[in-house]
Amino acid sequence: MEIWDLHGHLSGVPGRTPDERMAQLIAFADRLGIARICVYMGMTWSYDPAPDDFRKQNDEVLQALSHWADRAFGFVYVNPKHVEASLAELDRCVRDGPMVGVKLWVARRANAPEVDAIVRRATELKAVVFQHSWIKITGNLPGESTPMDVASLAARHPDAAIICGHTGGDWEQGVRAVRAQSHVAVDLGGGDPVAGITESAVRELGAERVIYGSDVGGRSFASQLAKVIGADVAEDAKRLILAGNLKRLLAPILEAKGLSG
Amino acid sequence: MNGPLIDVNVHLSRWPCRRAPDDETPRLVDRLRRHGVVEAWAGSLDGLLHKDIAAVNARLAEECRAQTAVRLVPFGTVNPMLPDWQEDLRRCAEAHRMPGIRLFPNYHGYDLEHPEFAKLIRLAAERRLIVTLALLMEDERMMHPLLRVAPVDPAPLADRVAQTPGLRLVLLNALRSLRGAPLIKLLGVGDISVEIATLEGVGGVGNLLADIDVGRALFGSHAPIFYFESALLKLKESSLNETELSAMRHENARRLLPIET
Ligand SMILES: [Zn+2]
Repeated sequence: MEIWDLHGHLSGVPGRTPDERMAQLIAFADRLGIARICVYMGMTWSYDPAPDDFRKQNDEVLQALSHWADRAFGFVYVNPKHVEASLAELDRCVRDGPMVGVKLWVARRANAPEVDAIVRRATELKAVVFQHSWIKITGNLPGESTPMDVASLAARHPDAAIICGHTGGDWEQGVRAVRAQSHVAVDLGGGDPVAGITESAVRELGAERVIYGSDVGGRSFASQLAKVIGADVAEDAKRLILAGNLKRLLAPILEAKGLSG
Repeated sequence: MNGPLIDVNVHLSRWPCRRAPDDETPRLVDRLRRHGVVEAWAGSLDGLLHKDIAAVNARLAEECRAQTAVRLVPFGTVNPMLPDWQEDLRRCAEAHRMPGIRLFPNYHGYDLEHPEFAKLIRLAAERRLIVTLALLMEDERMMHPLLRVAPVDPAPLADRVAQTPGLRLVLLNALRSLRGAPLIKLLGVGDISVEIATLEGVGGVGNLLADIDVGRALFGSHAPIFYFESALLKLKESSLNETELSAMRHENARRLLPIET
């Protein structure tokens, strides 16, 4: 079964340079039969990056992608606290560069109005929008979105391709939070491989809204892939989750760029 | 293949806050068997919150005996905060003929400095019981608001183990927090092993074996709370040689618990 991974990083991977780390990621992906991997954010992370910082991180991803056009995709990392610089970065990395998506992390919550211009521009460029989300009983970071915030963003952008990162972390609440926004897909990656996450997401959202992602290097490919491989869902559903849905979401921008899926 | 598989970290009965797809024992056993598990060391999730531990352990022993497709080895719970816990320990060893016990210090409300803990592991060592101790059962960020339980702090363990001759200790769900120098130091003080259920990071098992002797690394899945396939795929994600695979899959567990002849 073909596997595309929605969610990978250069952080937490052995290697001194983006190229070395990318080669490592691909080597591990090969061991588990993962054909493609989306990569975002640089070798050193920051919660609230200034434009210079996110540009540097995106440069690292561009470097990492440069030898792996047939295996990897890049999402541009931006910060809604710096809207103009973020829009310019979208143009640089997506419109004029090879990237195919946008990564929004924890600088500003997804329900903030500043996020709108970024999502609008991403949608014009046919890029998918990946928004990190988590419901933490231990307390969210100040700018950290809940899946409810993602749902409110999605309600304002019915044409956008929005992915709710980590299925909200607390996935039992996350699937409920985004359920009514039928254009929101969920990312299975980044949490413990708690049995039931995939069955629950498929039951409540439908298999076509559920996407495998790992969140390597902080997580292992194995623990995250197990959420799909080990789930009691139909083989057709697994096919969609492991690759089909991501291919469908990326198809418009890959086609526009003349890239093959 | 690399011989049979022994899983040292499975649970019977129900997680308090969720049904797991495999929380009926025949289903769990069926999944284990399909993946080549010949023996699984099973605790009872009832042991987390029930006060009638004697009944919990009697049910566990009976449930394990009823299964034939996989050798389920019961590890009874002992809660040293309960009156006359010594009788539970005695029954585990003498009445149920269990080879070991399972401890949940954080759910039972004691830290590892507690004098009853020192007494318990001394008595267990005298009876030649393997002590399995779970540092955590779920991600602290995801807990039910009424069931928030901090992970066990392993810091006092080194002294406790050093003062308990003959103790054989297996730490369950330990590798989320216990890594690198503190782990290496702890394993140096006695017969302590760890299992890989909560080990994360890309190429995690390879990273672990760079730090610790392979003889201390056991296969554990934390099923049915986690998807069993997570631990299994971790053995594939890292490039391991035959010796390492055999050690982790069964030899190390068999050293701790030889088959009775
Ligand atoms: Zn991530």
